Amino acid sequence: MNFKRFFSRPASAPAARERLQVLLAHERVANGDSDLLKTLRDEIMAVIAKHMQVDGDKVSVKMERGASVSTLAVDIEVPFDGGKKAA
Amino acid sequence: MGKVIVVTSGKGGVGKTTSSAALGAALAQNGDKVVVVDFDVGLRNLDLVMGAERRVVYDLVNVIQGEAKLAQALIRDKRLETLYLLPASQTRDKDNLTPEGVEKVITALRKAFDWVICDSPAGIERGATLAMRHADVAIVVTNPEVSSVRDSDRIIGLLDSKTLKAEQGERMEKHLLLTRFDPARAERGDMLKVEDVLEILSIPLLGIIPESMDVLRASNVGAPVTLADNKSAPAVAYFDAARRLKGETIPVTVPGDKRGFFGKIFGRKAA
Repeated sequence: MNFKRFFSRPASAPAARERLQVLLAHERVANGDSDLLKTLRDEIMAVIAKHMQVDGDKVSVKMERGASVSTLAVDIEVPFDGGKKAA
Repeated sequence: MGKVIVVTSGKGGVGKTTSSAALGAALAQNGDKVVVVDFDVGLRNLDLVMGAERRVVYDLVNVIQGEAKLAQALIRDKRLETLYLLPASQTRDKDNLTPEGVEKVITALRKAFDWVICDSPAGIERGATLAMRHADVAIVVTNPEVSSVRDSDRIIGLLDSKTLKAEQGERMEKHLLLTRFDPARAERGDMLKVEDVLEILSIPLLGIIPESMDVLRASNVGAPVTLADNKSAPAVAYFDAARRLKGETIPVTVPGDKRGFFGKIFGRKAA
């Protein structure tokens, strides 16, 4: 490797970090708590469906593991007139 | 009752066996009674790293299958009288490990020793899941490198679901041991930083073991690195990690860039 290239080379560790963060966010859902998440998703959906119309594809349930606490993020896209009770 | 520790990683070659031997010796050097158990049935190596390869008569599989008593299979270290090794079988395969057999052996060892250190094989198959099954504490050995971090994440998931503790609804205590760390490369931005790995894996740090020739040198002569050269940088890092395992609070230092200006210029090694 020549001298100039050595000094102009961009750091590669930030790329490693970002790629891992994206990949592991997916893999954790796919591997680990998949049963739990699926159950949560179905039950949350059932409760919400009692009161408003929600499209099943527009619900995302994510579990993030933290050092002392884990967070459960539930993201539900509600349509404009979703407040009306499902017919 | 002793504590059962699993040393695991998912990925191979990251330093599980080196770390099992070094931590086991460090705890024994402190006077604790320690047994290190090799779970890598078919590919044993802990005996070689600990310099006991010519003293293996019976192994874990012999004990599980009732062909030998536990006391016959245990090998006492020649240098430390409180350090023992239970070797894996070299000729049989991992199917010879049964959950009931492993449970019996671990229960017996737990009664006789302060620390039972289970050196897990790589992978996530039977050998690895049985090694972690009875653990009270897990040490996840990780290199600051993408494939190792990914596999560690997977192993953490298994520790939280497939162990006895997890099944009983208890929390598995997990610690990260970051090995083969090169502070100069991390500083240049070409190696994941300690904080990066900690943020991604979200488990507390037990220690940082620097990339070092001393580790290879120790395995060449068949001594845990904490015995081979107890003043070397990796040995000091393992001693600190062992004290943290015992519950002491010691700040974790990023292993030494103690080289001065000239050292940095002339001492750059191809690690």
